[in-house]
Amino acid sequence: MQDGATGIGASVKRVEDKRFLTGKGRYTDDINRPGQVHAYILRSPHAHATIKGMNKAAAEAAPGVIAVFNGEDMEVGSLPCGWQVNNKDGSPMHEPGHPPLARGKVRHVGDQVAVIIAETLEQAKDASDLLAVEYQTHEASIHMDKALGGGPLVHDEIGTNLCYDWEIGDEAEVDKVFAGAAHVTEIDIVNNRLIPNAMEPRAAVGEYDRSDDRYTLYTTSQNPHVIRLLMGAFVLSIPEHKLRVVAPDVGGGFGSKIYHYAEEAIVTWAAPKVGRPIKWTAERSESFISDAHGRDHISHAKMAMDKDGKFLGLKVATKANMGAYLSTFAPCVPTYLYATLLAGVYTTPVIYCNVKAVFTHTVPVDAYRGAGRPEATYLLERLVAKCARETGISQTDIRRKNFIPADAFPYQTPVALQYDSGDYITTLDAAEKAHDVAGFPARKAASEAKGKRRGIGYSTYLEACGIAPSAVVGSLGARAGLYESAEVRVHPTGSVTVFTGSHSHGQGHETTFAQLVSEKLGVPYDAIEISHGDTDKVQFGMGTYGSRSLAVGGVAIDKALDKVIAKAKKIAAHMMEASDEDLEFKDGKFTVAGTDRELSFGEVALSAYVPHNFPHEELEPGLDEKAFYDPLNFTYPGGCHIAEVEVDPETGVVTMERMTAVDDVGRVVNPMIVAGQIHGGLAQGIGQALLEGCVYDDSGQLLTGSYMDYTMPRADNLPSFGVGTESTMCTHNSLGVKGCGEVGAIGSPPAVINALVDALWDVGVRDMPMPATPQTVWNVINSAGTAAAAE
Amino acid sequence: MYDFAYHKPSSVSDAVAALQGAEDGTVIAGGMTLIPTMKQRLAQPSDLIDLSGIGDLKGISVSGGTVTIGAMTTHAAVANSPDVQKAIPALAHLAGHIGDAQVRNRGTIGGSIANNDPTACYPSACLALGATIKTDSREIPAEEFFDGMFSTALEEGEMVVAVSFPVPEKAAYIKFPNPASRYALVGVFVAKTADGVRVAVTGAGEGGVYRASELEGPLSSNFSADAIKDVKLSADGLNSDIHASSAYRAHLVGVMARRAVEAANA
Repeated sequence: MQDGATGIGASVKRVEDKRFLTGKGRYTDDINRPGQVHAYILRSPHAHATIKGMNKAAAEAAPGVIAVFNGEDMEVGSLPCGWQVNNKDGSPMHEPGHPPLARGKVRHVGDQVAVIIAETLEQAKDASDLLAVEYQTHEASIHMDKALGGGPLVHDEIGTNLCYDWEIGDEAEVDKVFAGAAHVTEIDIVNNRLIPNAMEPRAAVGEYDRSDDRYTLYTTSQNPHVIRLLMGAFVLSIPEHKLRVVAPDVGGGFGSKIYHYAEEAIVTWAAPKVGRPIKWTAERSESFISDAHGRDHISHAKMAMDKDGKFLGLKVATKANMGAYLSTFAPCVPTYLYATLLAGVYTTPVIYCNVKAVFTHTVPVDAYRGAGRPEATYLLERLVAKCARETGISQTDIRRKNFIPADAFPYQTPVALQYDSGDYITTLDAAEKAHDVAGFPARKAASEAKGKRRGIGYSTYLEACGIAPSAVVGSLGARAGLYESAEVRVHPTGSVTVFTGSHSHGQGHETTFAQLVSEKLGVPYDAIEISHGDTDKVQFGMGTYGSRSLAVGGVAIDKALDKVIAKAKKIAAHMMEASDEDLEFKDGKFTVAGTDRELSFGEVALSAYVPHNFPHEELEPGLDEKAFYDPLNFTYPGGCHIAEVEVDPETGVVTMERMTAVDDVGRVVNPMIVAGQIHGGLAQGIGQALLEGCVYDDSGQLLTGSYMDYTMPRADNLPSFGVGTESTMCTHNSLGVKGCGEVGAIGSPPAVINALVDALWDVGVRDMPMPATPQTVWNVINSAGTAAAAE
Repeated sequence: MYDFAYHKPSSVSDAVAALQGAEDGTVIAGGMTLIPTMKQRLAQPSDLIDLSGIGDLKGISVSGGTVTIGAMTTHAAVANSPDVQKAIPALAHLAGHIGDAQVRNRGTIGGSIANNDPTACYPSACLALGATIKTDSREIPAEEFFDGMFSTALEEGEMVVAVSFPVPEKAAYIKFPNPASRYALVGVFVAKTADGVRVAVTGAGEGGVYRASELEGPLSSNFSADAIKDVKLSADGLNSDIHASSAYRAHLVGVMARRAVEAANA
């Protein structure tokens, strides 16, 4: 790639970084509307309580207060769930109501109880002290076992805390395989609950314009069109043409800003009631108890093998925490984004998985960077590591022996997915080389000489992203299609604006998408602008999550670019009096084969808007094309992550010594941005493995409700990463791209924990929970020592 | 944050007068604990008396084997002071590892010890080095100053003006940080003085900073890590939370003490 290149494959510097790094970003909280007032949400201090009464009088009379609303005042629709999962018997899941402001009962600490709207935020907060709510508190069901074991009901009306009891695969067939297996390895796995913590807390500004009877919501969303649909159609009954949703610069989402949240509905609903625009911005401590959490699975899994360690069958039982209400995508995360991934990169012929989704008196749980695939990968890669230990086969040999071979694609798994491409031996080999696995014994000896222990751990993983083919997800219960749309508007002077339904909240779309345009149209990079995040500007969009922006949104742009070129060719052919079949378009120039006639893209663009001699019955003026792209399949990034840790056995402190990730993400448009995405994903994966754990006490109080107790990864927790790509092309989209946003968080946690078990194997450690904090590691070492002493 | 009246006196006597004249006033030094507490509406002082305008409260002096640090001296100033680095390098090291750069440039020694957060670093240095806390009206030995979690011997309307540290023969501070907050989960300050060895522990005790006498005895006769390797420390009276049980804290006190002795001897 030459210097100054701006097409596919160039590490173009992120154009958006200049405004982000110089404080010129425009986030929701930066938006201030004329006459704006402020909302403060009073939240439940209890996990489970009946609201016996509320006296609003004193709060309403407080200085500056404009209005106080509670759940009885706000009679609107329920916050909707976008995905229906069915039980084993075909009956639908339980889908209890989720009022934006609680009615009758509160169901988790942080549940919205009332909104106080005042001239200033301080006045609203002062008034909240005067808002007398009488609660009758009840015992709570916090842990899933208690919730399923006769604990208090989260939703009395459904009579159970079991949201659904779902399965995939043929249990009887799998049991038969286990009965005849030479060896069975079993494992208990807890996937720890995480709290997302985007750098920018959620915020929303609601506004109503009486002159045209139109609402505008500015919000921290990953998918403004989805919010317009969910809030407009299901909660507030505002038709799309009367509702504009703008998601301006958004400072990180990781999934937590996909969902439609109560506060968005509250400020939009209340704006015409108070006749003023209303702003709400979360404080960090509110984010902890109101942003959807992630993960939180308890599983038991077993692998049947033949005498040579070949996988014959996998059986998994998982309990997945939904929290107190069903968040927008929650039901699909532990089913279609989890159990369908349990084949991983292996040829396991039969798989059965049962998933029980459970209501508890905790914050709702939904998709968080990786969403289901990290849970599947963690379970599978811990289990595979244990299979290797029990059979005496090396960690790499057991994987190589069971990999889907590179020549077996397309490969149909027993759990619904059909992989299009991959080469797992190549990524494993490349990772081992990049990691210097050969030098590990010497490094281990050096650690031992200092009284430390060192271990190495593998994760050869696969994920399904580029979400998603609408026909497939529709058949699985999605209440939406998961295509993406794009518009490429070529202006008269040849500059280009792309309107995309993808939403950038840190991913660098303004750079990557412009590279697609520059590559295909040959237009100078600085003449291209990417516009997103405004339902009044962008025709439609399903947004950004599930590593779908490039693989779905980018391909939609690519399709629109093809339409632009096709139209431009017709114009150029007319201008050069040639047949459009004789025209070639390359490097921004139209040429006629066998002649020296040529036109630049800019000249054609100008002509499109100055059509003085167009044959109007055949050729329309203008150069502005739209496309919708619905993918034919998921995309399947995969690869190999190798972690190397050192443990101080005296204190339990773990240091990440090396972290190598070689990923197959398909075609790479901007290598620097891909590396950045993988770095971020690895940081979150290592965070889950070693640092981050959400802890509730038995009464439902969040013990990790601030950075004083919730450990976010910091730079000094992380090694300098070794990242690389070894790509096979996606075979079913025009760009060959797969996605890179989540692979780091998906692949790395089991590598880290496998490394930790390896480091402590010789002192008798056989298992390690996440997060492996110093105290946890110290306790595990001690109990291993005690167990060894007892033997 | 609730409303409060703001005062910025330019002398200690004016500050004390403002404090004593307020209904429910408090002094503010760096504000590293007070401001977040007020923002969370967990504190509602009627008056804030800002000490940042009192020049006399800032500065470091070394004379006659004593390092004296003004109450409003920031952690960064202590950490970067060549005088402190030379006289009591362990104290400079301790100050240089409190919080992050922003905290070190705002937070002060007076604010830290007057707050007596049970996980703060400075109280251990005061106790191990046998510091004297100077207030506007008297001098209080560190032993008597720290009298429980978030509690000190300061009377209503009394304020810290300086802390004096006798220079030890050797000293070291090792902190085992809380993984989340990076306050001391356990911090051990070991000082070898002419009168023997003193070991002060922060972060671990239910009542805040304390002296680990079980370690001081053996170390006074043999100032080496080996001297305490077999000492079993009791978990009684130690904190227990999601980050560390009392048993783990007791274990860490021993490990950090040995590492501190090794660092002091290095």
